[in-house]
Amino acid sequence: MREFAALLDRLVLTPQRNGKIRLLVDYFRQTPDPDRGLALAAITRDLDIANVKPAMLRALVAERMDEQLFAYSYDYVGDLAETISLVWSAKEPSRVNAIPTLGDVVASLARASRSDAIRLVEKWLDQLDASARYALLKLVTGGLRIGVSARLAKQALADFGAVDVGEIEELWHGLKPPYQSLFAWLEGKTEKPASLAAAPFRPVMLSTPLEEPDYARIVAEDYAAEWKWDGIRVQLTAEAGQRRIYSRTGDDISHAFPDIADAMHFAGTLDGELLVARSTAESVEIGAFGDLQQRLNRKAVSVRQMESHPAFVRLYDLLIDGDEDIRTLPFAERRQRLERFVSDLDSTRFDLSPLVPYSTFEDLVALRRNPPHPVIEGLMLKQWGSSYVPGRPKGPWFKWKRDPFTIDAVLVYAQRGHGKRSSFYSDYTFAVWTGPEDDPHLVPVGKAYFGFTDEELKQLDAYVRNNTTERFGPVRSVRAEPGHGLVLEVAFEGLNRSKRHKSGVAMRFPRIARLRWDKPPIEADRLETLEALLRDSDATD
Amino acid sequence: MLTRPEALLRSTPAGLYSPAGDFHIDPVSPVERALITHGHADHARPGHQHVMATQQTLDIMGIRYGDNFAGTTLAAELGTVSDINGVKVSFHPAGHVLGSAQIAVEKDGMRIVCSGDYKRAADPTCIGFEPVPCDVFITEATFALPVFRHPDARDEIAKLIKSIAQFPERSHLVGAYALGKAQRVIRMLRDAGYDRTIYIHGALTKLCEYYQSQGIDLGPLSPATLETGAPQDFAGSVVVGPPSSFQDRWARRFPDPVSCFASGWMRIRQRARQQGVELPIILSDHCDWDELTGTIRELAPSQIWVTHGCEEALVRWCDLNGFAARPLHLVGYEDEGD
Repeated sequence: MREFAALLDRLVLTPQRNGKIRLLVDYFRQTPDPDRGLALAAITRDLDIANVKPAMLRALVAERMDEQLFAYSYDYVGDLAETISLVWSAKEPSRVNAIPTLGDVVASLARASRSDAIRLVEKWLDQLDASARYALLKLVTGGLRIGVSARLAKQALADFGAVDVGEIEELWHGLKPPYQSLFAWLEGKTEKPASLAAAPFRPVMLSTPLEEPDYARIVAEDYAAEWKWDGIRVQLTAEAGQRRIYSRTGDDISHAFPDIADAMHFAGTLDGELLVARSTAESVEIGAFGDLQQRLNRKAVSVRQMESHPAFVRLYDLLIDGDEDIRTLPFAERRQRLERFVSDLDSTRFDLSPLVPYSTFEDLVALRRNPPHPVIEGLMLKQWGSSYVPGRPKGPWFKWKRDPFTIDAVLVYAQRGHGKRSSFYSDYTFAVWTGPEDDPHLVPVGKAYFGFTDEELKQLDAYVRNNTTERFGPVRSVRAEPGHGLVLEVAFEGLNRSKRHKSGVAMRFPRIARLRWDKPPIEADRLETLEALLRDSDATD
Repeated sequence: MLTRPEALLRSTPAGLYSPAGDFHIDPVSPVERALITHGHADHARPGHQHVMATQQTLDIMGIRYGDNFAGTTLAAELGTVSDINGVKVSFHPAGHVLGSAQIAVEKDGMRIVCSGDYKRAADPTCIGFEPVPCDVFITEATFALPVFRHPDARDEIAKLIKSIAQFPERSHLVGAYALGKAQRVIRMLRDAGYDRTIYIHGALTKLCEYYQSQGIDLGPLSPATLETGAPQDFAGSVVVGPPSSFQDRWARRFPDPVSCFASGWMRIRQRARQQGVELPIILSDHCDWDELTGTIRELAPSQIWVTHGCEEALVRWCDLNGFAARPLHLVGYEDEGD
């Protein structure tokens, strides 16, 4: 438990991806089975153990200490698990050999009923130190939020065993905690475990951005064009009685989209874009990305959500046709097979991403500038002869995104960054004007922390330090008046309506495009500009 | 016996004042006669007419404020009783930082001990706390919540040593207050076997030199300036500086630093997160909850006065455990030391 606790303590406070990977790799190297595998499962949320409710923990601590003193403590700390871990006093000092391992904890909890579980927790709290108590409480309340995605954990496994992360992803769904066969393979002690999963994830093929030097390569004989749909990339696979929907990183998201899973009456593996869309006899009405967000990151989905925001998949590749793996066939052949395949599918849930005919590169330039639907974010260009290969090879698939939207906004707050940037004010909140023309005020519309060069970062940092009006912890208010302030040209990919933001809008993927030292703040954009953009995308839905 | 302890010591806007002896303890504004417990800036301020403190505290005030920080100074010997206007005054070790002392004042059989800031945990850079029996004990309450239980300081230093091995290409920036904490961190690193040069911020130079002159061996120290080398020279090194300096442009000279902070506040994860600390080192020069309540049990005074910190929780504990306690509501103590 102590090593696991120490790992969590470091992970929570380590902002850099590489730092997290290093900590995980070291942990895998130093920790024996089954603990390292159970820790991995806890992080990837694949650990299934009895839950303990917060109310039971409160009752437990009330048996041990004055409620008023606990209230002062909880009020100060703000997190229940952390408060209990810190205030807990053991009845007697524990002996070193009585400290349970993560394996002991998981094995005992797996056998315990909910009422037994709380007594086990009490016993362990007496045996562990504060840091391990915290880890235990987070584990049993299921609230292990430590900023490590399943993808990152898999990358750490790949680094640990010096294998490609694609190999881990392909195996992942056939493996069970504590993953002893996986670790044995990664340590070179045994052969690679056979993929046992029915309907496993197949690592996806990714595209690279199309840039100027490669424009000449794009000719109709070599490259097919398709629209690039602004949804989320999914892999649908149905085989041996199993149906699964995977994200592009191999997370199983089937539970969140039962409306799709129920319609998967086929055998094979398909690649496509998950959208929210209502399909009628005449047409398919696709919702904005904001509608899709209503369906994302949910553990369970209600009937009402499925009715108001029906999920739909626009398909663009076929990997497994029946039981035939066709990934090595050229795209042109896969495409023909796909067209036949889709014609048999439920048209209220699936359709084919159409090819976009063109003859010259200038045609594509025009198409990209005026896409027929707001949920299109550009063009995809796929080499007719390319086979389906995992990863991001340059050449077979290009993405050519439409130019971003830009606005001019005024810098209003700056926050210190992390790691290398901890001495720089590098996170910028920007605002646009609203209210009457003759007495406008600024309303924040977003936050950006990249897009500028190192040299510009220094200039921005100096500007923030020299124009601070107030400080709140790591945040500074920056002088922003009609005649004095800094205008930032902000680029972004799209807008969503947002109830959480005062402005009512939320930007997607905002970044600093240019520093407009030349522009007086009063000439920055008004909120109406953004609202008009929102209405444009609503109108075509 | 004096009927009321308030005739011997009471709180005033300038700080604790003795009507019987006509002197203040750790006054926050200039006074005629001040007794100072220790050198942290919120307790030891310049501009008093007569100052009495341990020689080390006087030296530290001289380093911080220059030689003319007071009209006259008088060095107090630990354990020696002197008389100020009929009040017996003595200084006793507090275990907080080098030179820190509790001040006992006594008249007509009534003794009040003002402990200043204190701790009970071992510290290789200062003399340990000495319990002084008394009628009224004035205790600080900086960490007076049951959540504050400082772990073994050696384990905290071991975390730092492990991280240095784990991230050898990065520098470890350790935020530590200039007086006391910085020297304790450095001394404890030495005790843990770390013998490489430790780089220090300019604000630490004089105080570190003073600690060394007092026989506390801090090992090889070097100023963390670029004149002595290129940024990559700091890879794998430990740099100690006041916490505020790490938010400063000064910190940019170090390669991809791991920001560490040595403080009792680091017990609370959210405090660490808010300050962008990657490696919290829970190391305090104040008592934790168990040390505070243990000291009260040990001394068992007839009254406890609680000052600066979470007064209400400690007063609550005293109520529950049959000790008469009240908050003092002194203002102006900012917890420089942790």
